[in-house]
Amino acid sequence: MLLRIEPRSEPSKTMKYMSPLIAAVLMLISGIIIFTLLGKNPVEAFHAFFIEPVNDLYGIGELFIKASPLMLIGTGLAIGFRASIWNIGAEGQLAIGALFGGYIAILFNDSNGFFILPLMLLSGAVGGMLWAAIPAFLKTVFNANEILVSLMLNYVALLLLALLVHGPLRDPNGYGFPQSVLFADSAILPILVEGTRLHLGVFIAFAGVFVGWIFLLKSFAGFQIQVAGLAQKAASYAGFQYKKLIWIGLLSGGLAAGIAGVLEIAGPIGQLLPTVSPGYGYAAIIVAFVGRLHPGGIFLSSLLMALLYLGGESGQMNLDLPSAVTGIFQGLLLFYLLAADFLINYRICIGALKKEGI
Amino acid sequence: MDFDIFLQILIAAVAAGTPFVYAALGELITEKSGVLNLGVEGMMLVGAISGFIAMAKTGSLLVAVFVGMSAGALLSGIFAVLTLTLMANQVASGLALTIFGVGLSAFLGLEYTSIALPGVPEINLPLLAKIPVIGKLFFSFDILIYCSGLLFMAVSWFLYKSKAGLVLRGIGEAPKSAHALGYNVIKIRYMAVLFGGAMAGLGGVYLSVAYTPMWVEGMVAGRGWVSLALVVFATWRPARVMFGAYFFGAITIAQFHIQGFGFDIPAQLLSMMPYIATIIVLVLISRNQNTIRLNSPASLGITYHPDNQ
Amino acid sequence: MTSMKKQVLSVFILLACVAGFSLSAWAGDKLKVGFVYISPIGDAGWTYQHDLGRRELEKNLGDKIETKFIEGVPEGPEAERVIRDLAKSGHDLIFTTSFGYMNPTLKVAKMFPKKHFEHSTGYKTSKNVGTYMCRFYEGRYLTGIVAGKMSKSNVLGYVAAFPIPEVIRGINAFTLGARSVNPDVKVKVIWVNSWFDPGKEREASEALITQGADVITHHTDSTAPVLTAEEKGVYAIAYHSDMSKYGPKAHLTAATHVYGDFYTKTTQAVLDNTWKSEAVWSGIKEGSIKLAPMNPVVPADVVALVDKTTKAIADGSFHPFQGPVKDQSGKVVVEAGKSLSDKDLLGMNYYVEGVLGNVPK
Repeated sequence: MLLRIEPRSEPSKTMKYMSPLIAAVLMLISGIIIFTLLGKNPVEAFHAFFIEPVNDLYGIGELFIKASPLMLIGTGLAIGFRASIWNIGAEGQLAIGALFGGYIAILFNDSNGFFILPLMLLSGAVGGMLWAAIPAFLKTVFNANEILVSLMLNYVALLLLALLVHGPLRDPNGYGFPQSVLFADSAILPILVEGTRLHLGVFIAFAGVFVGWIFLLKSFAGFQIQVAGLAQKAASYAGFQYKKLIWIGLLSGGLAAGIAGVLEIAGPIGQLLPTVSPGYGYAAIIVAFVGRLHPGGIFLSSLLMALLYLGGESGQMNLDLPSAVTGIFQGLLLFYLLAADFLINYRICIGALKKEGI
Repeated sequence: MDFDIFLQILIAAVAAGTPFVYAALGELITEKSGVLNLGVEGMMLVGAISGFIAMAKTGSLLVAVFVGMSAGALLSGIFAVLTLTLMANQVASGLALTIFGVGLSAFLGLEYTSIALPGVPEINLPLLAKIPVIGKLFFSFDILIYCSGLLFMAVSWFLYKSKAGLVLRGIGEAPKSAHALGYNVIKIRYMAVLFGGAMAGLGGVYLSVAYTPMWVEGMVAGRGWVSLALVVFATWRPARVMFGAYFFGAITIAQFHIQGFGFDIPAQLLSMMPYIATIIVLVLISRNQNTIRLNSPASLGITYHPDNQ
Repeated sequence: MTSMKKQVLSVFILLACVAGFSLSAWAGDKLKVGFVYISPIGDAGWTYQHDLGRRELEKNLGDKIETKFIEGVPEGPEAERVIRDLAKSGHDLIFTTSFGYMNPTLKVAKMFPKKHFEHSTGYKTSKNVGTYMCRFYEGRYLTGIVAGKMSKSNVLGYVAAFPIPEVIRGINAFTLGARSVNPDVKVKVIWVNSWFDPGKEREASEALITQGADVITHHTDSTAPVLTAEEKGVYAIAYHSDMSKYGPKAHLTAATHVYGDFYTKTTQAVLDNTWKSEAVWSGIKEGSIKLAPMNPVVPADVVALVDKTTKAIADGSFHPFQGPVKDQSGKVVVEAGKSLSDKDLLGMNYYVEGVLGNVPK
């Protein structure tokens, strides 16, 4: 065998930024193979999947609508992930955020004060954080694994939302169907571009990513998180309170997911439904990783993930491609990334063993 | 009459708990070797659809079981390459496996949605099944349920009575020392991960081929995650895994009986019970550092590579 | 290198244009009809029945139209995009076949005032949005008669999805039908909170059978209740589709929905420019509700009684909710000589006498 693997003397900076690109390219190649296997013309399929959805203003608006919860939650989760705090519960935190925000909208359905939207956002943020506080509390006090607790709470949260939308929050004039009243205009995020669904929430998501960036890269707490992620022990030697980091790591995810939930119901949905997210909380985990746990990268990877969602629909519409392809692409993307990350610390050499030159 | 209902609930609970038995015992072996594979849900789904397709095509349960196990093992193989050879983060790789498995199974299953299979016949063991109460409770299940019992015995024997099991546990506790003693840590971990994948796949096959029997997108419905929780719940002991699996099976069944008896509890509240119970148990066993430390494999979730020391 | 890049780019742009052109070039001649489905079509169930209707439409008007369906579209914001894309890509008539598509359909219809939309099971119409639904409860009443006659334990099991009026109406009609022939019969309901979850449907069916039900019916989408009944040796009455092949012994009959006529008529109206926004609620009379063939174990006199009742409903001489109807507390909700209005039917939120348990709040 002429291929050899040898460790690099220090992690490669180039590879760190290259590996998401390598992963994306490998995913595209796999896509072409999958399309061909399905008997589709790969060029047509590629067009339907990646160009067709964004070939007009409406489509671009949809791309950002779809990407905004992903980038927001991805950023929130990245803060925890950097400290090796694994919040898998964003899906539930989003649902509780929507529930809290939606409650405000339903409560003030008759009034049209300017305060309603900010109050909804605040309430949603509190809801998401409260839900995230449960795993944080159980982890800090009882040492319970936050992965399992946050995950189990997803199911509880989705059921809780369904329970309330089937019951007390149901539209009293809606013939008993499980959905709330349509929100008043004062509880709906204004549309920014005529002819699209692009709403103010997209900019709230941008702002969220920006705040996350400042926090992670410019603040002392962000630095502490960085250190804790690299070496828990080192962090505790340095006197950082690991418990405090657990709280920050989980609450940031809950905060972002809660706001994302409000953006969904006050944006494209416009009312409270028994389910408000098609799995954004899980997809945001991939977004965070593909984005290198860096807000800038997360911004880009959220657009890619959003395109995969839209492409799945467009492929089904134009070429009868199965929409399940989306999940395969998303999984492959992360696999390739994790594999390509190997090259950050190792290099593949061709030829016989030779002395290090560099 | 009432006792008969109780008995029926027990029997139903065993059937409902069986997918957990397979998946959780498999994950138990994986975790005992020091590897945390969060991809159980994805592997179960892919096992479920592969086994279902095999059953629909060949009509042979044996083929279905074989295909489902292979599919689960294959998927866990991806995870093993990523985490063991390429030293990727186990949490991220496991999650990727689940997301991928959800998509892949939905994709494979497109042509098979809501097609029904004949199902797996119950085996009424001759004579034994006739014994009142015990006969019904122990001797009138389908073959995959009996196999899960055998699996439990095999896993218990392997872990506590065989030398290989001792080695496996040793690797989970202290991979460095095991390596120093001349054991191939990576190879053994590979085997443990593949075993876990095959068992998760088999748990999926049980669901799609014997339990429902039907394929629906996402039909595992969180059972993979509950299986992961069960391993912790059981503090990494096979006998407690069995208890936990049937306990969860019982809760699943009980929520419908409670409704049937006319108790006025919203169904969603009842559906929350298994998840809340998992959290409570997790808290109870995690509360005491010693219980966790005594039982959990010390190197769980930590990447190890012999060249990397 | 740069010229190479340019070449690749120009080829790519060309391809993109060709693809774009070829996609938009076809519209025009034939009327394009779009369908939005909540789940994959599969072998039986709600979406399967709608697709049977679509296929019949193609058979009837195949030379004048082309149809397109998008399956597995989740309710909510995704639906709006899919419906909009269908409208944008030249579909002049779009059928949206699940309740949760109601508001998205209305929103898209506003953006495309020239297109026609038909939404199933909702209650909101607009200038270019009509609604359609079957009088499912008529089929329920008839199957209730069969269940009431066939039960020995006098306990009937009902696996139900969500406590909305449509489902409650079905439970009540089934109960009234059963009690019209067997006043001792009781109906046990278990809610699974899902339209389609074979695992839960199976567990709920088992629980009902264990608690004494010897005839099972369901208002969910999978074949699991029929399969379970077959396995446990009790009877089952299917919903949506004929599911007899899943339980040859258990399957007594099924209350099925037939959409072919409606889809053909509506599409013809659009072709003729006579389409109007209406709220269509069609039943046995219009041929929208049919029972699947009876299992041979059902005695001839029961079959005759069902036939007689079917005719009576069709000619309007009988209404399933014909008074006196009592609710669970024994209070008369429909007085003798009267029958329930469509408005009261649409908002039904109570159980009639004979149903056990309470309507979930």
